[in-house]
Amino acid sequence: MAAPLLLQGGRVVDPSRDLDETADVLIQDGRIAAVGPGLGAPAGATVRDVRGTVVAPGLVDVHVHLREPGNEDEETIATGARAAAAGGFTAVCAMPNTDPVTDNQAAVGFIVRQSLRAGFARVYPIGAISVGQRGQQLAEFGEMVGAGAVAVSDDGKPVVSSHLMRTALEYARTFDIPVADHCEEPSLSAGGVMHEGLVATRLGLKGIPAAAEEIMVARDILLAELTGGRVHLCHLSTRGSVELMRRAKERGLRVTAEVTPHHLSLTETACERYDTHAKMNPPLREAADVAALRQALQDGVIDCVASDHAPHAYDEKEAAFDDAPFGIVGLETAFGVAYTELVQGGALTLPQLILRMSTVPAQVFGLAGGTLRPGAPADVVALDVTAGWSVDAARFHSKSRNTPFAGRSLTGRAALTLVAGKIVHDARAAAEG
Amino acid sequence: MTAALGKDLIGLERLSPDQIRLILDTAEPFKEVSERPIKKVPALRGKTIVNLFFEASTRTRISFEFAEKRLSADTVNVAATGSAVQKGETLVDTAKNLEAMRIDMVVIRHASSGAAQFLGDRIRSNVVNAGDGKHEHPTQALLDLLTIRDKLGRIEGVKVCLVGDILHSRVARSNIWGLTKLGAQVAVCGPHSLMPRGIEELGVTVLRRVEEAIEWADVLNVLRLQLERMEAGFIPSLREYYRVFGVTVERLAKAPRALTVMHPGPMNRGVEIDSRVADGPHSVILDQVTNGVAVRMAVLYLLAGGKPELADAAKGPAAGGTD
Ligand SMILES: [Zn+2]
Repeated sequence: MAAPLLLQGGRVVDPSRDLDETADVLIQDGRIAAVGPGLGAPAGATVRDVRGTVVAPGLVDVHVHLREPGNEDEETIATGARAAAAGGFTAVCAMPNTDPVTDNQAAVGFIVRQSLRAGFARVYPIGAISVGQRGQQLAEFGEMVGAGAVAVSDDGKPVVSSHLMRTALEYARTFDIPVADHCEEPSLSAGGVMHEGLVATRLGLKGIPAAAEEIMVARDILLAELTGGRVHLCHLSTRGSVELMRRAKERGLRVTAEVTPHHLSLTETACERYDTHAKMNPPLREAADVAALRQALQDGVIDCVASDHAPHAYDEKEAAFDDAPFGIVGLETAFGVAYTELVQGGALTLPQLILRMSTVPAQVFGLAGGTLRPGAPADVVALDVTAGWSVDAARFHSKSRNTPFAGRSLTGRAALTLVAGKIVHDARAAAEG
Repeated sequence: MTAALGKDLIGLERLSPDQIRLILDTAEPFKEVSERPIKKVPALRGKTIVNLFFEASTRTRISFEFAEKRLSADTVNVAATGSAVQKGETLVDTAKNLEAMRIDMVVIRHASSGAAQFLGDRIRSNVVNAGDGKHEHPTQALLDLLTIRDKLGRIEGVKVCLVGDILHSRVARSNIWGLTKLGAQVAVCGPHSLMPRGIEELGVTVLRRVEEAIEWADVLNVLRLQLERMEAGFIPSLREYYRVFGVTVERLAKAPRALTVMHPGPMNRGVEIDSRVADGPHSVILDQVTNGVAVRMAVLYLLAGGKPELADAAKGPAAGGTD
């Protein structure tokens, strides 16, 4: 059994208990033993001075792509979980658009085993909604949940058939898991590579209209109402989607939603000069969309921040805009971008940000974590929110470097990340090593 | 060394009005070269130029090739068919290979918007965009500008309407930038299903019907309508397109003033334009083709570092090239 660990003198922010005070956190046997001022170290305890940092429940990311099995040159479960730990995440949910697709209990079990072997952030598998993500036959939700899946999704693709989405929502009720949908009406988005707006017109690129997302958001809300199922809407990007979500929440429907750090901070103008690192799906939208998404996160109309971490090999993005794949990596920049843009930008307080990056996503996907309540697993992060740093993609733990934030000056990064009381990332050690 | 235009010509969006005027003025003396018995000047002697055409285009390629040969450059044509790109070579590998061969200039035509920019950012050679996807086709717009200036004596204040598929047209985008920068009034007219989002914000007026365009304009620039647009469901049929948007003799007869009709070619006679219009007195379509060579000579000359004020002298004595 590891020695007890005392994190001493940090600013403890635990949104699950409305806690924001200078205190110590005592960790024993992989769990939170106590939180309070001047706790004193028990015999044999390791004491870690965390003054000047914010001690919070570890961050939780409900939407990442770890590329294993199938594209291990872009990311593996181990490198993705290591990148997550470096970003302050103690748990991530891996989307099933792997090769082969994670659509059965054996495939789900493989991800669980690989993550245990890696031993960094916890990796929770998300199973596919349909066999092979082909949008036809339901995958075996019950068996996948039995093997460790925490949700189902065909992300990477939308659920095109409304009938399939309906039955998925109904069938998932037995297991009380969310059905996560990538909202995109494919006949409207076909061939599109960026937001349909003035920048696309100037660059001569085919646009994806906001309505392509909003039609599916509206449909999924209606189906949640019809079925009583739990729908979770991935990476919302438009002000219209925010309005639809606001009305759904007012009516008390079981609908949750996420937004990415990049949709909260960048606009279509990032695609200027055909920068393929700004190519993602859904695309970066307009300033009015960014403002609405920020407001929605503050109001709780959007429940949580998720990175949509999507690694791609360096040479895949080195192509004409039409030919480059969608997606960017996000685990190692998510907190810095969110803190710099939202907290320093005045949209959210720090406790609100931790609520949206830890406590709420853990609740929505029914995961351990998101709290420093005594007895809870010691999934903890100490965040340095004073020092500025510059994004150097070459130093990512992720295998991929595809980020639009390269060279950006950010404030806020993980100093220390603990999973079940074990240190999985230590910036001090990393700097010395 | 190439300060007049910069290293590359990617589009007219990033050129200043003075730079555009410079190209047009530099084209003037080159027009005369094409009228000589020996159509060759030594301005680019010793320079190597690759014409990299990933998309079929007889007209633009031939026009560039004549421009290059009349400037005495050594040229190589690489066509899409059978080229490495068809076999899966990436644009970045193509760029690296060109760089390794120390080419002076690359003229690129590609189906992807941004391809010319991509190449220009990665190689030291000058890059000339001969049309990239739906983005820009700057030399086409420059020759259109030159033709308007020849015909009407000015560009400022002239009312030009682009008619047809604006959404997919790189010619339209380049024309909009060039014309607005030189002070023309610009309108666009076509089915709304072929009108890009936010086009008004580029400083153009959207006209609903071709009759309005004819009533308003001094110049109609009629764009080619691709057959694929009907197959993709943007318009019901070519027949209906001609009936609603076709530039016909009957419609032109109602024009309140003298109207000049342009077309970047190749034409679909009986779709966007009536044959009697294309071959009639309003048409300056063949003047456009002639000006294309002069404008491309001017662009290549300026990018190669040629002094604008010496363009006339650069024509030099007619050189009897043997290559
Ligand atoms: Zn997605």
